[in-house]
Amino acid sequence: MYNKKVMERFKNPKNLKEMKEPDAIGKIGNIHCGDVMWCFIKIEENKKGERIIKDISIKTFGCVAAMSTSDVLCDLVRGKSIKESLNIKDNDIIMELGELPVRKIHCSLLAVDALGEAIYNYLLKSGLPIPSSLKQKHERIKNNLEIINKRQNY
Amino acid sequence: MKIYLDYAATTPVAPEVREEMKSYFSQKYGNPSSLHTPGQEAKEATEKARAQVAKLINAEPEEIIFTSCATESNNTVLKGVLKPGDHLIISQIEHPCIIEASKYLEKQGVEITRLPVNEEGFVNTKDVENAIKSNTKLVSVMHGNNIIGTVQPIAEIGRICKEREVLYHTDAVQTLQYTPIDVHKMGIDFLTASAHKIYGPKGVGCLYIRKGIRVEPLVHGGGQESGFRSGTENVTGIVGFGKAAELCLKKLKTEPKRISKLRDYLIEGILKNVPDSSLTGPKERLPHNAHFTFKFIEGEALLLRLNEKGIYASTGSACSSKSLEPSPVLLAIGLKHMDAHGSLRMTLGRDTTKEQIDYVLKELPNCVEDLRKISPFRR
Ligand SMILES: Cc1ncc(COP(=O)(O)O)c(C=O)c1O
Ligand code: FES
Repeated sequence: MYNKKVMERFKNPKNLKEMKEPDAIGKIGNIHCGDVMWCFIKIEENKKGERIIKDISIKTFGCVAAMSTSDVLCDLVRGKSIKESLNIKDNDIIMELGELPVRKIHCSLLAVDALGEAIYNYLLKSGLPIPSSLKQKHERIKNNLEIINKRQNY
Repeated sequence: MKIYLDYAATTPVAPEVREEMKSYFSQKYGNPSSLHTPGQEAKEATEKARAQVAKLINAEPEEIIFTSCATESNNTVLKGVLKPGDHLIISQIEHPCIIEASKYLEKQGVEITRLPVNEEGFVNTKDVENAIKSNTKLVSVMHGNNIIGTVQPIAEIGRICKEREVLYHTDAVQTLQYTPIDVHKMGIDFLTASAHKIYGPKGVGCLYIRKGIRVEPLVHGGGQESGFRSGTENVTGIVGFGKAAELCLKKLKTEPKRISKLRDYLIEGILKNVPDSSLTGPKERLPHNAHFTFKFIEGEALLLRLNEKGIYASTGSACSSKSLEPSPVLLAIGLKHMDAHGSLRMTLGRDTTKEQIDYVLKELPNCVEDLRKISPFRR
């Protein structure tokens, strides 16, 4: 069902772990299957004054696809600016992995959403302007989490 | 090590069965409908198999029709018996082929009652009794559940159906080799079985139809299988099914005991060695079935972690299903979505040994712990 690249990531994930003292956490729930994902980020300012994702890790309660795509996303955004990171789409992750089963495409969106949520929380906490698209995304994610919580969460 | 623990999904063909089937590929290849010698040879072989299968459930050979699988048998009963306006009673934990066929019939104007089950997966026979109405034509409640191993009180349901003069069908795919079945004593009018779950080949099933009951066939044609199921018989497969049934009958006294002992050993070991794990389903269950939920982790990921270790199991988690919904059986017994997420089914069989279970007990706790480390719910 999964290709070699996906399975390799699943077998040896590098980025699926807890982070000590992150600058922000993004928590999301998956409306489809009930997966829950947390994204941790550490932010640093570079010489040009841009904010950079210095480190990122993800924890997931999800499937093989969720794990592999999260692991890839972390590699894709580490060292990138917040602006660049927000431009990463689920399709970029899928391209990196080669392919995903159709019904697992939604899992790759989860990691992207979790990262967006972490960045949202970081910007909010730091009193920085939040792009309107990110605000909209945050509203959607909040609604999803509520629905999932109603389905008897832990 | 390669440890297959998915016998409820399918079983290997037993060596004795394969041996029996061998000559029916290229040597005895006749069509049972042909009047010449090769044809009659094939006819004799299918009739022998019919008797072997019939014996396993104490039916007459002519009450058995061969089909392509249990799914076809179940569809044949439901679609062949029910007409618009009729009422059908099923349970909420039937196999998808019954669930989906009933949805189809509902669209055609058949009225459906789907009986709930308790937290162990049992249908309440009082509910069956109360659900029967003047237009009730058929009750279909499975014998042994494939997901959690609940064995329904089918003799009691059969008795109620006889008393109220409605037909009773049971899907005995999972129980055939573990529980003695007597269609007469149990008041069963239709019974479904499948060869590949009892160490026979894939692509053969059967349907017991009590003598005298008319069922509109699903497949029309040359009138094979007494007109109930047209199409040239899968002679090779049928021969294998017959032999598999004969073997099951032989092993009925010893094998269930051997397997349930191993299974209990597995359950005990898992519950002891894995924190936050629990057994899903009933205390008393099919001998080969064990179903667990592991908190904080997802079943598909666990299944493929185990796969890496050469352990082959199954899960009812939402992520693993096409619909992205947890197994309806798990929801019907009241499992929360989050707990169904961590479902793992292991089903044992003829080749399962204590050494294999010991290996599972050694490896599985590590796999669970591995995944818990990356779960947000565990630090
Ligand atoms: C209880 C039950 N009914 C029906 C089936 C379908 O069997 P088959 O693969 O022969 O169609 C299965 C197997 O998946 C089963 O476990
Ligand atoms: S996380 Fe549930 S399908 Fe991928």
